Amino acid sequence: MFNKKKYEQKTTFRELFKKGDAMTKLSFVIMGSANLANKQWLKGLFFLGTQVAFLFWLIRNGLTALSMLSTLGTQEQGLVMDKKLGIPVLQEGDNSMLILLFGIAAILLCILMIVLYIVNLKSARHLYELKQAGQKAPTTMEDLSSLLNERFHATLMTIPLLGVLFFTILPLIYMISIAFTNYDHNHLPPKNLFTWVGFSNFANVLNGKMAATFFPVLSWTLIWAVIATATCFFFGVLLALLINRKGIKFKGLWRTIFVITLAVPQFVSLLIMRNLLNGAGPINATLMSWGLIDTAIPFLTDPLWAKISVIFVNMWIGLPATMLVSTGIIQNLPEDQIEAARIDGANAFQIFRNITFPQILFVMTPALIQQFIGNINNFNVIFLLTGGGPTNSDFYGAGSTDLLVTWLYNLTLNTMDYNLASVIGILIFILSAVFSLIAYTRTNSFKEG
Amino acid sequence: MEAKKKNKSYKSSQRISLTGSYILLIVMSIVWMFPIVWIVLSSFRAEGGAFVPYIIPKSFTLDNYKILLSNSTGSFPFVRWFLNTLFIATISCILSTFITIAMAYALSRLRFRMRKPILKIALVLNMFPGFMSMFAIYYILKALDLTQTKFALILVYSAGAALGFYIAKGFFDTIPMALDESAMIDGANKWQIFTKITLPLSKPMIVYTSLMSFMGPWMDFIFAKVIMGDKVENYTVAIGLFSMMTKTTANSLFMSFTAGCVLIAIPITILFIIMQRFYVAGITSGSVKE
Repeated sequence: MFNKKKYEQKTTFRELFKKGDAMTKLSFVIMGSANLANKQWLKGLFFLGTQVAFLFWLIRNGLTALSMLSTLGTQEQGLVMDKKLGIPVLQEGDNSMLILLFGIAAILLCILMIVLYIVNLKSARHLYELKQAGQKAPTTMEDLSSLLNERFHATLMTIPLLGVLFFTILPLIYMISIAFTNYDHNHLPPKNLFTWVGFSNFANVLNGKMAATFFPVLSWTLIWAVIATATCFFFGVLLALLINRKGIKFKGLWRTIFVITLAVPQFVSLLIMRNLLNGAGPINATLMSWGLIDTAIPFLTDPLWAKISVIFVNMWIGLPATMLVSTGIIQNLPEDQIEAARIDGANAFQIFRNITFPQILFVMTPALIQQFIGNINNFNVIFLLTGGGPTNSDFYGAGSTDLLVTWLYNLTLNTMDYNLASVIGILIFILSAVFSLIAYTRTNSFKEG
Repeated sequence: MEAKKKNKSYKSSQRISLTGSYILLIVMSIVWMFPIVWIVLSSFRAEGGAFVPYIIPKSFTLDNYKILLSNSTGSFPFVRWFLNTLFIATISCILSTFITIAMAYALSRLRFRMRKPILKIALVLNMFPGFMSMFAIYYILKALDLTQTKFALILVYSAGAALGFYIAKGFFDTIPMALDESAMIDGANKWQIFTKITLPLSKPMIVYTSLMSFMGPWMDFIFAKVIMGDKVENYTVAIGLFSMMTKTTANSLFMSFTAGCVLIAIPITILFIIMQRFYVAGITSGSVKE
């Protein structure tokens, strides 16, 4: 019932052009003619209107935007001698950044137009086929009602997909293109122009000057992601088991205590943590007043301590989430296996190791891999807690606890090396993509999809 | 005799391990609640300065809250930030929920030719670090002359929602298709099936989606910071509070800052605790194998 209706062999567009009547033929040049000829006014006017608007735009802005894409601008901003006035006048130059952005937007608009053109042809063909079969063309009202039935998906998805096109795909293409330009702190538009440089940024990051920063940051990112995911998962499961064990009272209260920390916004809790762990902060002050330490522990200022602090603070933040989810799983685990193991004399640890934990692990694997990817991109914890610091003089624009994402942020905001930032972004994507593929092939919603 | 003894030792070892569990839970609870208790205490602290070498304040006051709430035109207009955030969060919550549910429903329940390609493209797009495109978005907004406005933030948050449909889709996948089929036999069109059958069944998912998209703008820091720049009066609380701590006045503003944190954390925490069953349902139904 839900399967696509199978049509017989369709007329090709070539045949349509040969056999169709004049208005159908005209559809190849003027969009919507066939619809207008068949009194589908709304559809026809829509096609016609978009075509006119598109051509108008193409002549006015589109062609220039497209043609400048290959050079990214040639006119530098600077002082030019004005012969009439006899003094140098500031002349506005090209802005490579805007040229690139508008160029990509223009390409996307053209693609969108091609899609619409094909839709227009298909519509004309549909009308032609209906006529061949001796049926009437659907009226505008029938067309509109099909938007709530056969083409309900179009109703639901058009606006979201346009949003994705202009706020996800366009920016991404833009950023990816920047990876192939020399848009860095020496080439900042509008003062300077930048241009295409091919793969040299990738070579720089993987093999050149930036490699000395990239590989240490990459390895810390991976180490961090593994440890952060593993600690949160393992201790979260243990906490859930602890709360759920028989004989523990006030289960709801214990859970709520931990859930509260999950609900506090991260920017609040992390800024608080940063203050708590400060060299002069309360934790150091308390430890010193108890006489446990003589000098303040450099929680956030020593590279090793900073790394340890970040991992512990991340546990504080992430553990309750694992606890909540694994509680749900634990409550659904079959009791009889555990009972049987207990009768056979297994102790609590053996039961955990051989029965409970493997089952939880099995259920949570997809979520775990997603968490791992999330940790590779865990901007908040690093940025708000250590800011990437302590600074590392061996690194270019990165500190000891900087992940690839926070480094990317520094490269754009502090050192203005947009090209390097894009390369890092692409490399992060490749990293995440590898793990995502592993994760999604294991999840239900994809398999069924 | 032997069995009785064994039983007794089993019981006493049970008691010891139960006591151990309680101690562990209490210690962990203290560690987990400590930062929260500390911030609440600090917000009522009368003695000045960011750091004092003790945890419980010597004297309590409400001044920190008064300073925070009365600074409506100064460098930290907290009330304004709060209303900004509330406005942005509410509008983008409504829009994102519509968008997410629409995408998820279409991709889960309807069959059309572009369905699988869209699923795959969304998968790939989701793998890019979210804010890699942030600066490009910033320039797009700049080209539209929208930077530093609340509308820009709403646009960005809601447009991003279209790709976060996977959890909701996982939920819709679990609703039996037989329901749709029987409705179709009765002559319902797809719009009617969507509004009269699927949506009423999806209350947990809708609550989860709207909760997440309401909390997103409250919690988001980085997008808001880049888009708002230095326009203090359009800040959301997240960047507002952060900016209070990066200025040279951080030391004197510290207690007002903690007061702000408390004022923000309380409503969100309450909302979250009330809604947490939906949160769990959302995560598990979306990603867990049946």
